[in-house]
Amino acid sequence: MLEMILFASIKVIVVVIAVLTGCAYSTLLERKVVGHMQHRMGPNTAGPYGLLTPLADGLKLIFKEEIRPANVEKITYLLAPVISFVPAVLTFAVIPFGKDNTFFGKDFTFVLSDLNVGVLFVFAVTSLGIYGIVLAGWSSGSKYSMMGAVRSSAQMISYEVGYGLSIVGVIIIANTLSLRELVELQMGPLWGTITFLPNWYIFSQPLGFILFLTCVIAETNRAPFDMPEAESELVAGYHTEYSSMKFSMFFIAEYANMIAVSSVGATLFLGGWHGPFLDSMPMLSVLYFVIKVFLFMFFYIWLRATFPRFRYDQLMALGWKVLFPLALFNTLITAFFVIL
Amino acid sequence: MNLDFAIFIVSALLAVSGAALMITLKNPVLAVMSMIVSLVAQAVLYIQLGALFIGAVLIIVYSGAIMVLFLFVIMLLNLRGAEDLGKQSSPVKLSLKFLFGLILFVELVFIIKTGFMHGNVEVGVLAESVNNFGSVAEVAKLLFTKYLYPFELTSILLLAAIVGAVVMSKRDDAETDTISDNNEVQS
Repeated sequence: MLEMILFASIKVIVVVIAVLTGCAYSTLLERKVVGHMQHRMGPNTAGPYGLLTPLADGLKLIFKEEIRPANVEKITYLLAPVISFVPAVLTFAVIPFGKDNTFFGKDFTFVLSDLNVGVLFVFAVTSLGIYGIVLAGWSSGSKYSMMGAVRSSAQMISYEVGYGLSIVGVIIIANTLSLRELVELQMGPLWGTITFLPNWYIFSQPLGFILFLTCVIAETNRAPFDMPEAESELVAGYHTEYSSMKFSMFFIAEYANMIAVSSVGATLFLGGWHGPFLDSMPMLSVLYFVIKVFLFMFFYIWLRATFPRFRYDQLMALGWKVLFPLALFNTLITAFFVIL
Repeated sequence: MNLDFAIFIVSALLAVSGAALMITLKNPVLAVMSMIVSLVAQAVLYIQLGALFIGAVLIIVYSGAIMVLFLFVIMLLNLRGAEDLGKQSSPVKLSLKFLFGLILFVELVFIIKTGFMHGNVEVGVLAESVNNFGSVAEVAKLLFTKYLYPFELTSILLLAAIVGAVVMSKRDDAETDTISDNNEVQS
């Protein structure tokens, strides 16, 4: 019993540290990639290739003076960064990030908790993330923050519908809600016949995958759907009045959310930890998973460097008039083929 | 004291105290937040009973969507504390409220007591979960067989509400014209 608890705690700590490091280095990745796309170098002074930049950023943010405006609602103002940060990290509890393995004669599963409703857990946790933003915007007592919060709550509720429906197709095909089983079902050749392609759901659910990609960008408030913080209109949106470490909590939460939805995407559509040579070297599975998550992250950053921001009414029209009907259509078609 | 019992006690306390705080706090946003805490604690209780699906849906639907709308409305009305809640009700109304509260309480005690007397209520931390109680498949089976008519009726009710909302938010023709003109100018 005690050994089990100890073991589980170590696993949790390792995963959380890995995610936080991932967040820190995603900021560097973003600045580097966007820099090169704009014919700049990006940060390159701290350490070789600027590799120590995230550390320097963190230190700077910790030592910055914290300014709290006079007319904030104190309790909610202090709680908001934590509320937005915790759900982002909680998602990783159900993500399978490697093939089961044995170490030193002990079975080791590369998933913190194998819930049989893992997909629903991800949704439940994602839907709680919105409170951090809403409360931050409301309690700051600033019109820019308020506008950002109102926008984000409308946007996130709207796109959550599309987000949920976009993966219903996958669930209909797989007939399970457990993320671990979903990964196992994506093994082998495509539909058991086409040998040169893996049986990933991106091939059986191309429309679902595109819808998923679009919706999660809105869900994580990333460009081109970053209305809640649109800096040219709202200064910084919901976190205008935050400074120092509290501001960076929002920042970390945003990147943790990105990594979380990237992991969900990799698990649902790209076969999770699948890849060649897993039989001889099972540890490769973790590497494959990281590579797939990295591809998603790169795609996000690429989009940010490419597209201008949407206008707010365009965003809502896209969500309700295009993505929602398409997702319903996808569900219907998938159900039809499954029944056939 | 085992782990299950500890989890039950903590989440039950959180659920009850969250509900109590919700009706006593003067700050509406804090009241909404304590209701969220109560709902999440209830979800934990469901999950502990083995009803993973019901627990997850409770969080997705109530904490994730409905409570966000509550917050949204409070934010838009910008209610910031006791002074926005209106004046104290008159003594007659107040005593009526207490009377109804008392009646409800007596009823509750009566129900619990008869339940215990006849011994047909499972008492304890964990009743044995029967036949995948609360799993996706079980809920769906009940929903589409035994409770099909109530289920469909509820969906019609919701549809009526949506249609009503659309009708109410639709402006007159004259007004719509000016609005669309404005939009053209802006774009």
